[in-house]
Amino acid sequence: MIRFLLRRIGQGLLVVLGVTMVVFVATRLVGNPVQVMLPLSSTDQERAAFTHTLGLDKPIAQQFVEFIGNLATLNFGDSLWQRRPALAVVFQHLPLTLELIACGLGLAILLAVPLGAFAALRPGGIADRFATFGGLLGLSIPQFWLGLMLIVFFAVRLHWLPTSGIGGPSHIILPAITMALPSMARLMMMVRSSVIDELNQQYIRTARAKGLHFTQVLFGHAMRNALVPFLTLAGWEFINGMAGYTVVVESVFAWPGLGFTALKAIDHNDLYLLQAIVFTVAIIIVIVNIAMDVVYKAIDPRINLA
Amino acid sequence: MTAANILPAETGATPRSKWWVLAEELWRDKAGFIGFVVIVLLLIMAIFAPLLAPYDPAVQSILTRLKPPAWLDGGDWAHPFGTDQLGRDILSRVIYGARASLLVGVSVVAFAGTLGVLLGLFAGYKGGRIDLFIMRAVDVQVAFPGLLLIILIVSVVGPGLVTTIVVLALTNWMVYARVIRGIVLSVRQTAYVEAAEMIGTKPSRVIFRHILPNLTSPLLTLGILEFTNIVLAEAAMSFLGLGIQPPATSWGLDIANGKDYLFVAWWLVAFPGLSISITVLAINLFANWLRVTTDPQEREKRFARAKAAERRRHRGEGR
Repeated sequence: MIRFLLRRIGQGLLVVLGVTMVVFVATRLVGNPVQVMLPLSSTDQERAAFTHTLGLDKPIAQQFVEFIGNLATLNFGDSLWQRRPALAVVFQHLPLTLELIACGLGLAILLAVPLGAFAALRPGGIADRFATFGGLLGLSIPQFWLGLMLIVFFAVRLHWLPTSGIGGPSHIILPAITMALPSMARLMMMVRSSVIDELNQQYIRTARAKGLHFTQVLFGHAMRNALVPFLTLAGWEFINGMAGYTVVVESVFAWPGLGFTALKAIDHNDLYLLQAIVFTVAIIIVIVNIAMDVVYKAIDPRINLA
Repeated sequence: MTAANILPAETGATPRSKWWVLAEELWRDKAGFIGFVVIVLLLIMAIFAPLLAPYDPAVQSILTRLKPPAWLDGGDWAHPFGTDQLGRDILSRVIYGARASLLVGVSVVAFAGTLGVLLGLFAGYKGGRIDLFIMRAVDVQVAFPGLLLIILIVSVVGPGLVTTIVVLALTNWMVYARVIRGIVLSVRQTAYVEAAEMIGTKPSRVIFRHILPNLTSPLLTLGILEFTNIVLAEAAMSFLGLGIQPPATSWGLDIANGKDYLFVAWWLVAFPGLSISITVLAINLFANWLRVTTDPQEREKRFARAKAAERRRHRGEGR
């Protein structure tokens, strides 16, 4: 177990190193941060002075070492836009993104499990065909468009819900639905197909033969065995949301989470804030990945972590 | 005797009749068939956009600003889907918008697919350190915060059509490499590949003559499903202002344009969004059919289900 954890942490560090390399290459070699951060009207002297303050006139190898050193000490520099440490800005907006993902994913799971299981009871039946088509439809509608259409209908037409921003609990309803749709479609299809597979197994027949009621078999046996692949996908959905799919939803609803802040950072040419966001998210993804492996082990003792 | 009757007919089958059988099967699956027809129509629409569009998508007209669709009050059939805030015809913009989506989709699938397939073939065939290295790179990149990293790169490099294609290709090759490597590893174990190696066939010939044909159907399905992801990703990037840039047209870009007029003119956003949804849904329906048809396991399940249904029917009649 300890060895497994150490190895996974090592792999996680590799991921963070990979992100570091990509960010470094993109910002220092391909693009020019001075050009991004300074207004177009600035003079050559201003540019040179700014290049010097950023340390971009040093040799590239030295820059890389300093870059890594800053990251290792969690020093992301000051946000140019908000004039305070970039990490503080990140931690101010992170909870809102987590809240959005939690509500969206929670809604998706609550709907996907019963719908998928119900569709699986009679493969090829009417309910199953509706579920399959609904699932494909859910995967086909762009999230940002769904969000805008929900605003048009529920906020502009009916005046039931606020259009955007944060505030009371009513503010999260539309963003959560928008967030949930594709996840729900994927989760439902996976519940459906794994329950169908499980119900065709021999042990189900044995359980039925020894007199267990069908609902007992369904919930006690089939659904339980479908739990590990389901959790894998749910964890993947969380990571996907974290990896930036909230950006679109947050942008539509002006939900001031990390994604919305990232877009604002671009508007303000705030490269440091953007870097801080990307790294924080990368580290969260690594931690969630490791945590998920440990949870599988707790659920299914057959999984060998060595 | 029956076997003797069947065999010549099967060996006499030409490639054309194989396609015919497939087409017949597609016709029987209504959802897949509709999806296929819509895809063909979309392709025609994108290719012949200048002939089909009633207006130039970029021509502005202050007099006909924000006209509603034809069937609403104040609309007329000169602009069936209405006009946007600059008086541009929405139908024409939707028709031209198909070009960006399909162009980005096809190029990204082609580039990412080629890169992923080559690396996957290489990793699976060579094994050892090369395999470890490539697969570790896949693992690492899969764990990247995808869209956020794309945002960062695009903001530094500058958005545009080429940037969109390159960035999406570089962030989507991993899934091909993983799938291909898995199949190559299992195919390598088969007797005919061992036989080919035994008689001294060059590795490149083994890979392209003996292993690659096994990959056609899973690769086709994967490519089509990835295509839908790319169409959605391009739309999202353009919506965020990080993809296709004006004056070019794209569905995602038009939705971003119409966003500010949401309260007065819903049709600016509704029609480009519907186009994306219909495109992706059609491809998904077709891919769903293709997956079930080309996967032997799925076919078996379907066959078993049909048999079971038949048996039930007979029992019902007997009663």
